[in-house]
Amino acid sequence: MALANLSRRAFLQTTAAGTAGLALSLGGATRAFAADLTVGIVYVGARDDFGWNQAHAVAIQALKLVPGVKVVEEENVPETDACAKTMESMINLDGAGLILATSFGYYTPFVVDMAKKYPKVEFRHAAPLWDKDKDPKNAGSYFGYLNQGHYVDGVAAGLSTKSNKLGFVAAKPIASVLSNINSFMLGARKVNPNAVVQVIFTGDWSMPVREAEAASALVDAGCDVITCHVDSPKVVIETAEKRGVKSCGHNASQAPLAPKGFITGAEYKWETIYKGYAADLAAGKTLSNFTAGGIELDMVQNTPFGAGATDAAKTAATAAIADMKAKKPIYVGPLKDNKTGKIVIDKTYGNLDPYLDQMNYLLEGVVGSIT
Amino acid sequence: MNDGLATVLIAMLGGAIRVSTPFMFVALGECLTEKSGRVNLGLEGTLVLGAMVAYAASYHTGSPWAGVFAAGVAGSALGAMHGSICKLPKVNDVAVGIAMMLFGTGVAFFFGKPYIQPTAPRLPSLPLGGWSDSSSLKSALDVNPLFFVGIVIAIVMAWALRNTRWGLVVRTVGDSAAAARAMGISVDLVRFLTTTVGGFLAGVGGAFLSLSYPGSWNQGLSSGQGLMAVALVIFARWNPMRCVIAALLFGGAGAIGPALQSVGITQGYYFFNAAPYILTLVIMIATSSAKRSARDMPGELSMAR
Repeated sequence: MALANLSRRAFLQTTAAGTAGLALSLGGATRAFAADLTVGIVYVGARDDFGWNQAHAVAIQALKLVPGVKVVEEENVPETDACAKTMESMINLDGAGLILATSFGYYTPFVVDMAKKYPKVEFRHAAPLWDKDKDPKNAGSYFGYLNQGHYVDGVAAGLSTKSNKLGFVAAKPIASVLSNINSFMLGARKVNPNAVVQVIFTGDWSMPVREAEAASALVDAGCDVITCHVDSPKVVIETAEKRGVKSCGHNASQAPLAPKGFITGAEYKWETIYKGYAADLAAGKTLSNFTAGGIELDMVQNTPFGAGATDAAKTAATAAIADMKAKKPIYVGPLKDNKTGKIVIDKTYGNLDPYLDQMNYLLEGVVGSIT
Repeated sequence: MNDGLATVLIAMLGGAIRVSTPFMFVALGECLTEKSGRVNLGLEGTLVLGAMVAYAASYHTGSPWAGVFAAGVAGSALGAMHGSICKLPKVNDVAVGIAMMLFGTGVAFFFGKPYIQPTAPRLPSLPLGGWSDSSSLKSALDVNPLFFVGIVIAIVMAWALRNTRWGLVVRTVGDSAAAARAMGISVDLVRFLTTTVGGFLAGVGGAFLSLSYPGSWNQGLSSGQGLMAVALVIFARWNPMRCVIAALLFGGAGAIGPALQSVGITQGYYFFNAAPYILTLVIMIATSSAKRSARDMPGELSMAR
């Protein structure tokens, strides 16, 4: 079976190479998939996980409604060569012209290798990893600045807390997680200078029991608003609701999980990016290799307010969303880190400034350590 | 700092009660199975399937206790399957167990898809902390009845293994199949039954995961707890009461990581998150003795042979 697979792939590869060569010799032939586009999307988990994968799946539902677009999906694909096989079968068997690889670990080497092997297919990966010097031109990255949504959450949370202690259950101390924590704190402090954000790192993206323990421990420590950055916030939000405290969401809408305490949540709006890709391909345009934005580009949004949001919180959060649309900066320097008191953000940076992508510190106002 | 210490201790108490229950049920089930001389590594799969079936049954019937029962039945089905496959000649129970683990999780994921989104009624818990003013102590003492059921099962099992004819039969089959056959006992039947009952208990453990704590069904729910529980049986040297203690220790140690971070001890959380494993290792090394472990281990276990 494996042998049969191999020879089929090898055959297809030669054919693809031949076609590519032919296309080259003809010089700038138009893309075959301009009229009808098949999009293949690969998920690392279940599409209905109340988190990262669901955010993509919701966008794909919207993309399916675009005329001329067909979608093939596969979920629970591990970050191993299984994802390469999935992408190949989407290309060879389903005729996918655009592959969306949605998990961090898919990129190197799988997306890069496949992009080299299938130069006629476009590959886009949901993390800012594409390197314009090294990586193939038919690959690329897209990403949402979710920290803007967390900033808005922070504003609402800062006005919702009575103890001035906000809890944050985080998976791993990487830049995007740290930026979400810091932005949440800055949002809270903007409206409530006494607010403190307490962080617990669980150490991995999906640890349901430890996430429940962490949320419980934060409530025990006096936090009365809980939010998180883990793959599936379901357990954290449900634990907060069970313990009778308020919560803010992450990745997708968790509003139905907390009918009493849900305030709002930071959500991706991948729909904007996916529809943009489909429109560009239909128009015969070259796809951008790097697409990223936040609320100002409609790539991030906040979940509609739940029962936990007070009127004051709603007003302030709505104003904060308007600020984000107007590109008002979150990181107004100088800002110190929470460990040594050293200034880590020397001046005010725009919300999409690449300097902020290198974040490896928690700011003053956050209780917690990244090591 | 005293406040901090109290918080950590309360969290460990709460963790011991909350987190230990699934470990306890799986370990007790495996303990019974291994006492009869067979290893069932498939209990991780049974745990996951039990969690899924319990959630689904609770969702459809509206009764969480029906969910617990359904999880037990699903677990016994997997156990019975393991038991009947291992009856065949020249079948290795460890290999079958690994296959059963993959089978159980696969079936659970396949049929569990539609139950990730809906909310099922959860098991009620007994508020034993009503006397206290501290909300953290109250929540730590919110104990699920299954926790007590587990302890009762452990006591009954320990007593029955030592003092009843049934217990003697199980132990004989586990220590020497030849002797059991000479006594006219059907070795295969006894092992089939212990594996089935063991599967029932592991299924109930799964029901606790999805219906009590953390209390929702998703695919990452177990993350290896079933396998850890099988290891705890060796740690507990095939004694049901020690299984309970091991599960409690493991649960309490698991709460250390998050609790320390919540009181502001944030350095080195990777190390504290590994506390249960480190603790298990340390106790294992401290109490290990070549002679004693050989005496406690059922003679028919494939690792003993």
